Amino acid sequence: MTATVAHSPTRNLPNPMLPNPYRVQRVRKETQDTFTLELEPANGQSDFHFAAGQFNMLYIFGVGEVPISISGDPGKPRKLVHTTRAVGVVTSAMQQLKRDDMVGVRGPFGNDWPVVEAQGKDVVIVAGGLGLAPVRPALYHVLNHREKYDNVVLLYGTRTPNDILYRREVEKWRARLDVDVHVTVDRAIHPWRGNVGVVTRLIPKSPFDHLNAVAMICGPEVMIRFTVLELERRGVLPDNIFISMERNMKCATGFCGHCQWGPNFVCKDGPVFRYSEIKPFFGQRGL
Amino acid sequence: MTTVESIESVLERHPFFKDIEPRLVHQMAEHASLSSFETGQMIFRQGEAANQFYIISKGQVALEVFAPQQGAIPLMTLSDGDVLGWSWLFEPYIWHLDARAMVETQTITLDGAGLRAECDHNHELGYHLMKHSVEIVVQRLQAALMQVIDVYGLKKQ
Repeated sequence: MTATVAHSPTRNLPNPMLPNPYRVQRVRKETQDTFTLELEPANGQSDFHFAAGQFNMLYIFGVGEVPISISGDPGKPRKLVHTTRAVGVVTSAMQQLKRDDMVGVRGPFGNDWPVVEAQGKDVVIVAGGLGLAPVRPALYHVLNHREKYDNVVLLYGTRTPNDILYRREVEKWRARLDVDVHVTVDRAIHPWRGNVGVVTRLIPKSPFDHLNAVAMICGPEVMIRFTVLELERRGVLPDNIFISMERNMKCATGFCGHCQWGPNFVCKDGPVFRYSEIKPFFGQRGL
Repeated sequence: MTTVESIESVLERHPFFKDIEPRLVHQMAEHASLSSFETGQMIFRQGEAANQFYIISKGQVALEVFAPQQGAIPLMTLSDGDVLGWSWLFEPYIWHLDARAMVETQTITLDGAGLRAECDHNHELGYHLMKHSVEIVVQRLQAALMQVIDVYGLKKQ
Protein backbone atom coordinates (compact mmCIF):
# COMPACT_ATOMS: atom_id res chain seq x y z
CA MET A 1 0.00 0.00 0.00
CA THR A 2 1.31 3.41 -0.88
CA ALA A 3 1.39 6.31 1.51
CA THR A 4 -1.90 8.07 1.92
CA VAL A 5 -2.46 11.65 0.95
CA ALA A 6 -0.92 13.96 3.51
CA HIS A 7 -3.06 15.59 6.14
CA SER A 8 -2.45 19.22 6.76
CA PRO A 9 -1.17 20.19 10.20
CA THR A 10 -3.87 22.84 10.27
CA ARG A 11 -6.30 20.11 11.27
CA ASN A 12 -5.17 20.57 14.85
CA LEU A 13 -7.78 23.18 15.55
CA PRO A 14 -8.44 24.42 19.10
CA ASN A 15 -12.13 23.53 18.89
CA PRO A 16 -13.13 22.24 15.47
CA MET A 17 -16.83 22.52 16.28
CA LEU A 18 -16.69 26.22 17.12
CA PRO A 19 -17.29 28.61 14.22
CA ASN A 20 -15.12 31.69 14.03
CA PRO A 21 -16.74 34.94 12.94
CA TYR A 22 -15.77 36.18 9.50
CA ARG A 23 -16.89 39.28 7.70
CA VAL A 24 -17.96 39.27 4.06
CA GLN A 25 -15.57 41.39 2.07
CA ARG A 26 -17.07 40.77 -1.31
CA VAL A 27 -19.64 38.62 -3.12
CA ARG A 28 -18.82 38.19 -6.77
CA LYS A 29 -21.09 36.58 -9.33
CA GLU A 30 -19.10 34.09 -11.39
CA THR A 31 -21.72 32.56 -13.68
CA GLN A 32 -25.50 32.39 -13.80
CA ASP A 33 -25.69 30.23 -10.68
CA THR A 34 -22.24 30.37 -9.08
CA PHE A 35 -20.67 33.02 -6.90
CA THR A 36 -17.54 33.66 -4.92
CA LEU A 37 -17.40 34.81 -1.31
CA GLU A 38 -14.36 36.64 -0.06
CA LEU A 39 -14.11 36.66 3.72
CA GLU A 40 -11.82 38.21 6.29
CA PRO A 41 -11.55 37.47 10.02
CA ALA A 42 -13.95 39.64 11.99
CA ASN A 43 -11.31 40.15 14.68
CA GLY A 44 -9.05 41.58 11.97
CA GLN A 45 -6.08 39.62 13.24
CA SER A 46 -5.15 36.13 12.35
CA ASP A 47 -4.25 34.85 8.93
CA PHE A 48 -6.04 31.72 7.90
CA HIS A 49 -3.55 29.08 6.82
CA PHE A 50 -4.80 26.24 4.69
CA ALA A 51 -3.47 23.72 2.23
CA ALA A 52 -4.70 23.42 -1.36
CA GLY A 53 -7.64 21.04 -1.40
CA GLN A 54 -9.02 21.64 2.08
CA PHE A 55 -12.52 22.81 2.84
CA ASN A 56 -14.36 24.89 5.43
CA MET A 57 -17.76 24.60 7.04
CA LEU A 58 -19.52 27.89 6.38
CA TYR A 59 -22.31 28.76 8.76
CA ILE A 60 -25.03 31.19 7.76
CA PHE A 61 -26.45 32.19 11.11
CA GLY A 62 -30.02 31.06 11.57
CA VAL A 63 -30.02 29.09 8.33
CA GLY A 64 -27.44 26.33 8.43
CA GLU A 65 -23.97 25.12 7.67
CA VAL A 66 -22.43 23.66 4.50
CA PRO A 67 -19.01 22.35 3.52
CA ILE A 68 -17.33 24.38 0.79
CA SER A 69 -13.87 23.95 -0.65
CA ILE A 70 -11.44 26.77 -0.27
CA SER A 71 -10.76 28.14 -3.72
CA GLY A 72 -8.31 30.94 -2.98
CA ASP A 73 -4.55 31.18 -3.11
CA PRO A 74 -2.83 29.35 -0.24
CA GLY A 75 -0.01 31.85 -0.65
CA LYS A 76 -2.38 34.67 0.31
CA PRO A 77 -3.95 33.42 3.54
CA ARG A 78 -5.32 36.81 4.48
CA LYS A 79 -8.20 36.44 2.04
CA LEU A 80 -10.48 33.45 2.48
CA VAL A 81 -12.17 32.61 -0.82
CA HIS A 82 -15.00 30.17 -1.48
CA THR A 83 -16.86 29.58 -4.72
CA THR A 84 -20.09 27.67 -4.76
CA ARG A 85 -23.36 27.22 -6.54
CA ALA A 86 -26.71 28.30 -5.16
CA VAL A 87 -28.61 25.03 -5.05
CA GLY A 88 -30.18 24.80 -1.60
CA VAL A 89 -31.39 26.81 1.35
CA VAL A 90 -27.97 27.59 2.80
CA THR A 91 -26.13 28.38 -0.41
CA SER A 92 -29.07 30.44 -1.66
CA ALA A 93 -28.94 32.46 1.57
CA MET A 94 -25.20 32.74 1.09
CA GLN A 95 -25.74 34.21 -2.34
CA GLN A 96 -27.78 37.02 -0.76
CA LEU A 97 -24.96 38.05 1.59
CA LYS A 98 -23.69 41.60 1.36
CA ARG A 99 -20.44 43.26 2.30
CA ASP A 100 -19.88 43.30 6.10
CA ASP A 101 -22.39 40.52 6.75
CA MET A 102 -21.14 37.92 9.20
CA VAL A 103 -20.48 34.26 8.50
CA GLY A 104 -19.28 31.50 10.79
CA VAL A 105 -16.26 29.55 9.60
CA ARG A 106 -15.05 26.20 10.90
CA GLY A 107 -11.94 24.76 9.39
CA PRO A 108 -9.86 24.12 7.49
CA PHE A 109 -10.70 20.43 7.27
CA GLY A 110 -9.55 17.49 5.22
CA ASN A 111 -6.36 16.70 3.40
CA ASP A 112 -4.75 18.35 0.45
CA TRP A 113 -3.70 17.96 -3.16
CA PRO A 114 -0.26 16.35 -3.57
CA VAL A 115 1.53 19.54 -4.60
CA VAL A 116 4.74 18.46 -2.84
CA GLU A 117 4.70 14.94 -4.24
CA ALA A 118 4.21 16.41 -7.71
CA GLN A 119 7.40 18.45 -7.59
CA GLY A 120 9.76 17.53 -10.39
CA LYS A 121 6.90 15.98 -12.34
CA ASP A 122 4.33 16.98 -14.89
CA VAL A 123 1.12 18.21 -13.29
CA VAL A 124 -2.15 17.44 -15.03
CA ILE A 125 -5.22 19.09 -13.56
CA VAL A 126 -8.56 17.96 -14.95
CA ALA A 127 -11.56 19.96 -13.77
CA GLY A 128 -15.20 19.85 -14.69
CA GLY A 129 -17.74 22.59 -14.07
CA LEU A 130 -17.60 23.90 -10.53
CA GLY A 131 -14.76 21.43 -9.92
CA LEU A 132 -12.31 24.09 -10.93
CA ALA A 133 -12.89 25.83 -7.59
CA PRO A 134 -11.48 23.13 -5.26
CA VAL A 135 -8.50 22.51 -7.50
CA ARG A 136 -7.66 26.17 -8.14
CA PRO A 137 -5.56 26.45 -4.95
CA ALA A 138 -3.38 23.61 -6.23
CA LEU A 139 -2.90 25.43 -9.51
CA TYR A 140 -2.08 28.64 -7.63
CA HIS A 141 0.51 26.75 -5.61
CA VAL A 142 2.06 25.19 -8.70
CA LEU A 143 2.18 28.53 -10.51
CA ASN A 144 3.62 30.25 -7.43
CA HIS A 145 6.42 27.66 -7.45
CA ARG A 146 6.51 27.08 -11.19
CA GLU A 147 10.22 26.22 -11.26
CA LYS A 148 9.61 23.12 -9.15
CA TYR A 149 7.38 21.44 -11.72
CA ASP A 150 7.78 20.21 -15.28
CA ASN A 151 4.86 20.56 -17.69
CA VAL A 152 1.70 22.00 -16.20
CA VAL A 153 -1.55 21.17 -17.94
CA LEU A 154 -5.04 22.34 -17.08
CA LEU A 155 -7.93 20.61 -18.85
CA TYR A 156 -11.24 22.22 -18.07
CA GLY A 157 -14.70 21.23 -19.24
CA THR A 158 -17.98 23.02 -18.68
CA ARG A 159 -21.52 22.76 -19.93
CA THR A 160 -21.48 25.94 -22.04
CA PRO A 161 -19.09 28.87 -22.55
CA ASN A 162 -21.25 30.87 -20.12
CA ASP A 163 -20.46 28.36 -17.38
CA ILE A 164 -16.70 28.87 -17.46
CA LEU A 165 -15.64 29.67 -13.93
CA TYR A 166 -13.06 32.41 -13.26
CA ARG A 167 -13.18 33.26 -16.94
CA ARG A 168 -10.70 36.14 -16.87
CA GLU A 169 -8.26 34.13 -14.83
CA VAL A 170 -8.56 31.13 -17.15
CA GLU A 171 -7.81 33.46 -20.05
CA LYS A 172 -4.75 34.78 -18.21
CA TRP A 173 -3.51 31.26 -17.53
CA ARG A 174 -4.05 30.38 -21.17
CA ALA A 175 -1.96 33.35 -22.23
CA ARG A 176 1.02 32.13 -20.19
CA LEU A 177 3.78 30.35 -22.02
CA ASP A 178 4.51 27.95 -19.18
CA VAL A 179 1.04 26.39 -18.77
CA ASP A 180 -1.03 24.41 -21.26
CA VAL A 181 -4.65 25.33 -20.75
CA HIS A 182 -7.36 23.64 -22.77
CA VAL A 183 -11.02 24.44 -22.28
CA THR A 184 -13.89 22.52 -23.80
CA VAL A 185 -17.64 22.89 -23.57
CA ASP A 186 -20.42 20.36 -23.98
CA ARG A 187 -22.61 22.80 -25.86
CA ALA A 188 -21.23 25.65 -27.88
CA ILE A 189 -23.00 28.97 -27.97
CA HIS A 190 -22.15 31.69 -30.46
CA PRO A 191 -19.46 33.08 -30.65
CA TRP A 192 -17.52 30.19 -29.07
CA ARG A 193 -14.72 29.07 -31.36
CA GLY A 194 -12.96 26.65 -29.02
CA ASN A 195 -13.21 22.95 -28.32
CA VAL A 196 -16.59 21.24 -28.15
CA GLY A 197 -16.86 17.87 -26.43
CA VAL A 198 -16.27 16.29 -23.06
CA VAL A 199 -13.13 17.05 -21.12
CA THR A 200 -11.88 13.46 -21.29
CA ARG A 201 -11.31 13.86 -25.02
CA LEU A 202 -8.55 16.37 -24.29
CA ILE A 203 -6.45 13.82 -22.40
CA PRO A 204 -4.97 11.72 -25.24
CA LYS A 205 -3.30 14.74 -26.85
CA SER A 206 -2.23 16.64 -23.77
CA PRO A 207 1.47 17.37 -23.43
CA PHE A 208 2.53 15.31 -20.42
CA ASP A 209 4.72 12.31 -19.80
CA HIS A 210 2.46 9.57 -18.50
CA LEU A 211 5.33 7.98 -16.62
CA ASN A 212 6.22 11.18 -14.82
CA ALA A 213 2.89 12.87 -14.26
CA VAL A 214 0.66 13.51 -11.28
CA ALA A 215 -2.99 14.00 -12.17
CA MET A 216 -5.48 15.85 -9.99
CA ILE A 217 -9.15 15.51 -10.89
CA CYS A 218 -12.10 17.42 -9.55
CA GLY A 219 -15.63 17.50 -10.86
CA PRO A 220 -18.80 15.43 -10.94
CA GLU A 221 -18.19 11.79 -10.04
CA VAL A 222 -19.20 10.53 -13.47
CA MET A 223 -16.67 12.86 -15.04
CA ILE A 224 -14.01 11.66 -12.61
CA ARG A 225 -14.74 8.04 -13.50
CA PHE A 226 -14.29 8.60 -17.22
CA THR A 227 -11.28 10.84 -16.66
CA VAL A 228 -9.56 8.14 -14.64
CA LEU A 229 -10.27 5.62 -17.40
CA GLU A 230 -8.75 7.92 -20.00
CA LEU A 231 -5.70 8.68 -17.86
CA GLU A 232 -5.14 4.97 -17.29
CA ARG A 233 -5.53 4.37 -21.02
CA ARG A 234 -2.85 7.00 -21.51
CA GLY A 235 -0.62 5.06 -19.10
CA VAL A 236 -0.82 7.13 -15.91
CA LEU A 237 -0.52 4.83 -12.90
CA PRO A 238 -3.34 4.75 -10.30
CA ASP A 239 -0.77 5.78 -7.68
CA ASN A 240 -0.31 9.06 -9.51
CA ILE A 241 -3.98 9.90 -9.91
CA PHE A 242 -5.71 11.94 -7.20
CA ILE A 243 -9.38 12.74 -7.01
CA SER A 244 -11.45 15.02 -4.82
CA MET A 245 -14.65 13.41 -3.57
CA GLU A 246 -17.88 14.94 -2.40
CA ARG A 247 -20.21 13.41 0.12
CA ASN A 248 -22.72 14.69 2.64
CA MET A 249 -20.31 16.25 5.14
CA LYS A 250 -21.90 17.52 8.34
CA CYS A 251 -19.51 17.56 11.30
CA ALA A 252 -16.30 17.66 9.22
CA THR A 253 -14.42 15.83 11.95
CA GLY A 254 -15.32 12.21 11.30
CA PHE A 255 -17.77 11.86 14.22
CA CYS A 256 -21.21 11.95 12.66
CA GLY A 257 -20.63 9.40 9.90
CA HIS A 258 -22.73 11.17 7.28
CA CYS A 259 -19.91 11.20 4.79
CA GLN A 260 -18.79 7.62 5.22
CA TRP A 261 -17.55 6.21 1.94
CA GLY A 262 -16.44 2.60 2.19
CA PRO A 263 -13.86 2.47 4.97
CA ASN A 264 -13.31 6.25 4.82
CA PHE A 265 -14.91 9.40 6.06
CA VAL A 266 -14.60 11.88 3.24
CA CYS A 267 -14.35 14.83 5.64
CA LYS A 268 -11.48 13.33 7.60
CA ASP A 269 -9.73 10.92 5.23
CA GLY A 270 -10.42 13.02 2.14
CA PRO A 271 -11.66 14.90 0.31
CA VAL A 272 -8.54 14.19 -1.76
CA PHE A 273 -7.89 10.50 -2.32
CA ARG A 274 -5.15 8.67 -4.13
CA TYR A 275 -6.97 6.65 -6.74
CA SER A 276 -5.03 3.43 -6.11
CA GLU A 277 -6.30 3.44 -2.53
CA ILE A 278 -9.97 3.85 -3.30
CA LYS A 279 -10.05 2.00 -6.62
CA PRO A 280 -11.71 -1.15 -5.15
CA PHE A 281 -14.83 0.74 -4.16
CA PHE A 282 -14.77 3.80 -6.40
CA GLY A 283 -17.93 3.82 -8.49
CA GLN A 284 -19.53 1.06 -6.43
CA ARG A 285 -23.28 1.36 -6.17
CA GLY A 286 -24.61 2.00 -2.71
CA LEU A 287 -21.49 3.71 -1.42
CA MET B 1 10.34 10.60 -51.14
CA THR B 2 7.07 10.36 -53.07
CA THR B 3 3.78 11.57 -51.63
CA VAL B 4 2.54 7.99 -51.22
CA GLU B 5 5.66 7.09 -49.24
CA SER B 6 5.35 10.13 -47.00
CA ILE B 7 1.66 9.46 -46.44
CA GLU B 8 2.45 5.83 -45.71
CA SER B 9 5.00 6.78 -43.06
CA VAL B 10 2.47 9.11 -41.41
CA LEU B 11 -0.20 6.39 -41.47
CA GLU B 12 2.14 3.81 -39.97
CA ARG B 13 2.70 6.05 -36.96
CA HIS B 14 -0.95 6.94 -36.49
CA PRO B 15 -2.87 5.16 -33.68
CA PHE B 16 -5.70 4.32 -36.07
CA PHE B 17 -3.35 2.05 -38.00
CA LYS B 18 -1.67 0.44 -35.02
CA ASP B 19 -1.33 -3.33 -35.25
CA ILE B 20 -2.02 -3.24 -38.98
CA GLU B 21 0.62 -4.94 -41.07
CA PRO B 22 2.76 -2.59 -43.18
CA ARG B 23 1.61 -4.23 -46.42
CA LEU B 24 -2.00 -3.35 -45.57
CA VAL B 25 -1.04 0.19 -44.58
CA HIS B 26 0.73 0.41 -47.93
CA GLN B 27 -2.47 -0.64 -49.66
CA MET B 28 -4.40 2.04 -47.80
CA ALA B 29 -1.78 4.67 -48.56
CA GLU B 30 -2.43 4.06 -52.24
CA HIS B 31 -5.95 5.32 -51.61
CA ALA B 32 -4.76 8.42 -49.77
CA SER B 33 -3.98 11.97 -50.76
CA LEU B 34 -3.23 15.25 -49.04
CA SER B 35 -5.93 17.92 -48.75
CA SER B 36 -6.20 21.33 -47.19
CA PHE B 37 -9.21 23.39 -46.19
CA GLU B 38 -9.51 27.11 -45.59
CA THR B 39 -10.98 28.50 -42.40
CA GLY B 40 -14.74 28.12 -42.56
CA GLN B 41 -14.68 25.78 -45.53
CA MET B 42 -17.12 22.87 -45.44
CA ILE B 43 -15.36 19.51 -45.66
CA PHE B 44 -18.61 17.66 -46.10
CA ARG B 45 -22.27 18.33 -45.61
CA GLN B 46 -25.11 16.31 -44.15
CA GLY B 47 -26.86 14.28 -46.86
CA GLU B 48 -23.90 14.16 -49.24
CA ALA B 49 -22.39 10.88 -50.30
CA ALA B 50 -19.78 9.70 -47.80
CA ASN B 51 -16.97 8.40 -49.92
CA GLN B 52 -13.93 9.58 -47.96
CA PHE B 53 -12.58 9.77 -44.49
CA TYR B 54 -9.93 12.07 -43.15
CA ILE B 55 -7.02 12.03 -40.77
CA ILE B 56 -6.46 15.55 -39.52
CA SER B 57 -2.77 16.35 -39.77
CA LYS B 58 -3.13 19.90 -38.50
CA GLY B 59 -6.07 22.11 -37.73
CA GLN B 60 -9.47 21.96 -36.14
CA VAL B 61 -12.76 20.71 -37.52
CA ALA B 62 -16.22 21.17 -36.06
CA LEU B 63 -18.87 18.49 -36.51
CA GLU B 64 -22.14 20.36 -36.74
CA VAL B 65 -25.81 19.71 -37.17
CA PHE B 66 -27.90 22.31 -38.95
CA ALA B 67 -31.13 23.31 -37.26
CA PRO B 68 -33.65 25.61 -38.90
CA GLN B 69 -33.75 29.07 -37.28
CA GLN B 70 -30.71 28.15 -35.18
CA GLY B 71 -28.10 27.59 -37.83
CA ALA B 72 -25.13 25.32 -37.33
CA ILE B 73 -24.88 23.74 -33.88
CA PRO B 74 -21.39 22.40 -33.13
CA LEU B 75 -21.53 18.98 -31.49
CA MET B 76 -17.87 18.15 -31.27
CA THR B 77 -14.53 19.47 -32.42
CA LEU B 78 -11.71 17.36 -33.78
CA SER B 79 -8.09 18.33 -34.10
CA ASP B 80 -4.58 17.11 -34.90
CA GLY B 81 -4.42 13.34 -35.19
CA ASP B 82 -8.17 12.76 -35.03
CA VAL B 83 -10.00 10.64 -37.56
CA LEU B 84 -12.89 12.43 -39.23
CA GLY B 85 -15.80 10.45 -40.62
CA TRP B 86 -17.04 6.90 -40.44
CA SER B 87 -20.20 7.10 -42.56
CA TRP B 88 -18.15 5.99 -45.56
CA LEU B 89 -17.98 2.52 -44.00
CA PHE B 90 -21.64 1.96 -43.20
CA GLU B 91 -24.69 1.98 -45.40
CA PRO B 92 -26.26 4.16 -46.72
CA TYR B 93 -22.84 5.88 -47.08
CA ILE B 94 -24.31 9.31 -46.42
CA TRP B 95 -22.89 11.98 -44.09
CA HIS B 96 -25.15 12.56 -41.11
CA LEU B 97 -23.46 15.77 -39.97
CA ASP B 98 -21.65 18.74 -41.43
CA ALA B 99 -17.91 19.11 -41.01
CA ARG B 100 -16.42 22.59 -41.11
CA ALA B 101 -12.78 23.63 -40.87
CA MET B 102 -12.55 26.01 -37.90
CA VAL B 103 -9.03 27.05 -38.86
CA GLU B 104 -6.83 26.28 -41.84
CA THR B 105 -6.75 22.50 -41.79
CA GLN B 106 -4.60 19.88 -43.48
CA THR B 107 -5.73 16.29 -43.79
CA ILE B 108 -4.76 12.98 -45.24
CA THR B 109 -7.87 12.09 -47.21
CA LEU B 110 -8.60 8.42 -47.80
CA ASP B 111 -10.77 7.22 -50.61
CA GLY B 112 -13.40 5.36 -48.64
CA ALA B 113 -15.33 4.17 -51.68
CA GLY B 114 -12.17 2.66 -53.14
CA LEU B 115 -11.24 1.05 -49.83
CA ARG B 116 -14.76 -0.34 -49.46
CA ALA B 117 -14.48 -2.02 -52.83
CA GLU B 118 -11.08 -3.40 -51.91
CA CYS B 119 -12.38 -4.67 -48.57
CA ASP B 120 -15.00 -6.74 -50.39
CA HIS B 121 -12.15 -8.80 -51.78
CA ASN B 122 -9.58 -8.40 -49.04
CA HIS B 123 -11.34 -9.36 -45.84
CA GLU B 124 -8.23 -8.97 -43.72
CA LEU B 125 -8.04 -5.33 -44.72
CA GLY B 126 -11.77 -5.02 -44.16
CA TYR B 127 -11.50 -6.55 -40.70
CA HIS B 128 -8.81 -4.12 -39.59
CA LEU B 129 -10.57 -1.10 -41.03
CA MET B 130 -13.86 -2.13 -39.44
CA LYS B 131 -12.22 -2.90 -36.08
CA HIS B 132 -10.42 0.42 -35.87
CA SER B 133 -13.37 2.40 -37.15
CA VAL B 134 -15.63 0.83 -34.54
CA GLU B 135 -13.13 1.84 -31.84
CA ILE B 136 -13.50 5.42 -32.98
CA VAL B 137 -17.28 5.09 -33.08
CA VAL B 138 -17.31 3.73 -29.52
CA GLN B 139 -15.10 6.56 -28.23
CA ARG B 140 -17.30 9.16 -29.88
CA LEU B 141 -20.44 7.45 -28.60
CA GLN B 142 -19.11 7.46 -25.03
CA ALA B 143 -18.19 11.11 -25.35
CA ALA B 144 -21.62 11.92 -26.79
CA LEU B 145 -23.33 10.06 -23.95
CA MET B 146 -21.44 12.13 -21.42
CA GLN B 147 -22.56 15.27 -23.21
CA VAL B 148 -26.15 14.04 -23.19
CA ILE B 149 -26.26 13.26 -19.46
CA ASP B 150 -25.05 16.78 -18.68
CA VAL B 151 -22.55 15.81 -15.99
CA TYR B 152 -22.01 19.40 -14.92
CA GLY B 153 -25.71 19.93 -14.31
CA LEU B 154 -27.33 20.97 -11.07
CA LYS B 155 -27.20 18.68 -8.07
CA LYS B 156 -29.17 18.48 -4.89
CA GLN B 157 -27.47 20.11 -1.97
